[in-house]
Formats: sequence, C-alpha cells, structure tokens
Amino acid sequence: MTDHPPSRSMSAFNRRAFMSAAAGTAVAVPLTARGAGAPAKSTEAQDPSLPVNVTLRVNGEDRTVAIDARTTVLDALREHLGLTGSKKGCDHGQCGACTVLIEGRRVLSCLTLALVAQGKEITTIEGLGKEKQLHPMQQAFIDQDAFQCGYCTPGQIMSAVACVKEGHAGSDEEIREYMSGNICRCAAYPNIVAAVKQAAPAILKG
Amino acid sequence: MRPFAYQRATDAPSASQALAAAATANVPLTDAPVQLLAGGTTLIDLMKLDVMRPQTLVDINGLGPDWSQISLERGNLRIGALARMSDVAAHPEVLMQYPVVAESLKLAASPQLRNMATVGGNVMQRTRCTYFRDVSYVNCNKRKPGSGCAAMDGFNRTHAVLGTSDSCIATYPGDFAQALIALDASLEIVGKSGTRNMPFAQLHKPPGDSPQIETTLQPGELISAFVINGRWPRSIYLKTRDRDSYEFALASAAIALDVQDGNVRDARMALGGVATVPWRAREAEALLKGQKLDDALAQRVAEAAFKGASAREHNAFKIDLGKRVIAHALQRAAMMEI
Repeated sequence: MTDHPPSRSMSAFNRRAFMSAAAGTAVAVPLTARGAGAPAKSTEAQDPSLPVNVTLRVNGEDRTVAIDARTTVLDALREHLGLTGSKKGCDHGQCGACTVLIEGRRVLSCLTLALVAQGKEITTIEGLGKEKQLHPMQQAFIDQDAFQCGYCTPGQIMSAVACVKEGHAGSDEEIREYMSGNICRCAAYPNIVAAVKQAAPAILKG
Repeated sequence: MRPFAYQRATDAPSASQALAAAATANVPLTDAPVQLLAGGTTLIDLMKLDVMRPQTLVDINGLGPDWSQISLERGNLRIGALARMSDVAAHPEVLMQYPVVAESLKLAASPQLRNMATVGGNVMQRTRCTYFRDVSYVNCNKRKPGSGCAAMDGFNRTHAVLGTSDSCIATYPGDFAQALIALDASLEIVGKSGTRNMPFAQLHKPPGDSPQIETTLQPGELISAFVINGRWPRSIYLKTRDRDSYEFALASAAIALDVQDGNVRDARMALGGVATVPWRAREAEALLKGQKLDDALAQRVAEAAFKGASAREHNAFKIDLGKRVIAHALQRAAMMEI
C-alpha cells in the first residue's frame, strides 16, 4: 500500500536525453545571426555580442548552430549539439579529455574556436564506433580495463586511435610518450598502454 | 572570456593592415586591440584567463598553402610560419639534417598541441609565468606596466636566471626558438610596406624596463617563414623538466657541432628554461672552436655559459642544473653517429 502522492516520474528521462532535448530547443530559438568569417579587409564594424551562424561537420553530418563567437568546438559539441562524449576536464589544453579528430588529426577541442573549425571534418567519440560494433580501440579499453571512473576515456580513445595511425605505437615507451597529452586521474596508465597495443594491429590493418 | 569580433584574413596584406590600423603606442601586448589567431593554443588559453584581451581576432589560418610549406632548397631549410609543429618535427629532411629542430619541437608540448600550434605562433607565444597567468595578482609589469612583479619575492622556482631585469624574471617558455637561434636562423617578415628579412636572434628583446613588449616586430608585421642556412646533422636538443614528458624546461640546451678528426670546427649553443629570451651562449660556445672536446672542456664551457647568472630565492638550482645539461648535451652531440 502506498499513500505517497503521485509524483512525476523521472525514470524515463535520463540525463543524456535531457541534454539533447535542451540542445535541440536552443537551436530552434530563432536568432538573428550575422555571417561569420568576413574577410579582414572588410571594415564593417561587427557587434561581438551577436550570435554567428556556424556550420560544423560532425561525424559526417553538417550541423548549423547560432553561437557566440567565443564558443569552442568543445562547447559547441556539448552545449549546442548534444554530443556530450567529449569531456571538459581543465578547459585549458592541459588534460586531453576534450580530444577530438579534426581532418583526422587529434586536437584539443577546448582550445579550438568553433568558427575556426567550420568546413572541417570533426570526429568525436560518438562517431568512432557503433554500440553493437565498437571500434577496436573502444573494445580494447574494455578488454584491458583501461579506465576506472571513465571521465578521461573518450579523450584517451580518440588520442589513442591517432597515436596508432601516426605510427607512434611501436613500443610501450613510445606509446607513453605519445599518449602523454592525456591525463588519467585514476592512473590507469599501464592498462591504457595495453589497450593501445591490443588495438594497434587491427587499426593499422584498416 | 571577453567578447571579440572575428575576422578571417585570406591574404597577408589584409592581416597586416588590420594589425597596423589598430596599433597603439605603449599598449601592453595583452591589450592590443587586434591580435592574430593561428593555432590558438596559447592565445585562447590566455583569453580564457582574461590575460589576453583582444577586441578583434584575425584568423590567419587561411593565408594559403605556401605559408605552411617546408622545403629544402640549395642546402637551406625554409619553414613556412603556419606549418604545424608536428609536421615540421616529422619531416624526413628535418629529422636527418636538423635533429635539433625536430627534437625541440617534439619535446615542446603534447601531441595534440603540436598538431594545432604553428611554428610562427610558437615563437610568438607570450613569455609568461604563473603570476602573469593569474590576474588576481595585481603586480605584473607585463600586464600592467609599472605595477611591479609578484614573482620577485614570490614562488620563483621556475623563473629565469639569465637576462633578467628588475621588472621581470619570467622565463621564455619555448623550445624551438633555442634551435633557431643556435643555427643562426633568419626570419621572413611581411609588413605594411612589403617584406624584409631579419636574423632570428633579433626577434626577442630582453625584458629591461618594458617587459610588456616582447619582440621587435613593428606594427602590422607578421612572420611568414624561417630560413636556416646550411645543414647541421650533428645537433641535439636536451631538455630537463619536472616530469618525463609534456612539461616546460627547467633547463635545456640546443647544441650543434661541426667536428672533424676529433676537433671542433664550429659550435653553436643556446639555452632554454633558464633565460628571459631565447639565449645564445656565444662566449661559451667560442671556447669549443678548434679544441678537442673532453670532460674538462665541457665543464669550462658550462661554467662560462652561466657566468652572468643571478638567482632569486627558489631558482638557484637552475644554474647548477643548466651547467650539467650543457656538459651532458655536448658529450651526446660529440658521440652522435652521423
């Protein structure tokens, strides 16, 4: 028997669903946007307080958002596109949690302005594998228990994929050096090295 | 971060004009109204901290493919200013003929930062210390000329021991610049009235009584390329730091030797992590010329390099560490198989 008053159930409303719904709402709000990226020779004064329309190509899909010029790729992904896989650790380029691939190269999305990334192919952890068919590096991180809390893991995996493709996974020492831009507060480092080694042959085979 | 207007430059004259039009005398670099954006790895970081406060950012990443080219012509290396650090470090000719350049870039930052940062931006990164980065410290002659220096009597373990002044003891943080200055690199510079060349050694100015200005570039000027004459296969960059990777130098040395039959015909040496500017140790390197390198000579060279050093409360260890780095780097350079 229960005499609790009926309450609104949150059970079907997880955090990720909320995030993407909220992001969708923000995009739907009509905003007057000025064109981004006017050439420097243009003398027209721009009002920095107005949002700009930016089209980002994320995981093979063009997404247009109206954003403040200060918005980084990381904030555009997380706050405007509902892609919360890329993590904000330090937000100053020191921890690597925000690592994504732009044009196939690993970069820090927290130090990249969205305006600068227009027209470039951005790959995030969401675009790496599918839930039923994980990328070899994702599978290797699970197999090797290469994380504890998991917060740095998306950045670690994106960085690890690039590390292998760059040809820098030749030895434990080389992997450690070339993964040094990704900090793991839980210190899962030995297992991360093992995961990179496990996934490397499959990635190099293509 | 403060709001800014974003503009994209598609050619160098427009970038130069935008810079020159906004140039104001006696304004610290932090408050320059128009600032150039290349890789952004230092600038965006410092803007988030409210240290750098541009009103307009001019994105120069679209200046064209010439700007990021690396070429070896007639025995000279030319590196476009927008080449990314990782691309220069991985270039086969750079690895073979200029190992000091490749190593200085490889050891400079994390792989992600090296993929983003340009070599032009790397040499233009702010000379900075923790007090400069933290605007809650009011006293910083770099941010606010005449306000004093919180580092002088603060925690100054990482600060400079060479080239310091009463106004500023911040260490020049880069690595690549030591390789450039050691190899007598020159700069190609684009300005309002065309292009000019300048020895790289003249780019950075010691803090003196105006640490808010760090380079000798004139209003409207930007670096378009670096040129290194000759080849230096016997060259190395040795960097010591608090952790094994991805950290600023406590002391580093860029060394290039030309050795024939055991005799040093030519020697170049620059120091990082210990000075306020990229530091060429000319008097010390001169001791090597015409000599046979042995432990005693390496020690004398190391002593000479730090003859004028002056330490504060926490950074005296850098003088001893720097000497050891020089001696070790000289031995390693001499033993290189080329």
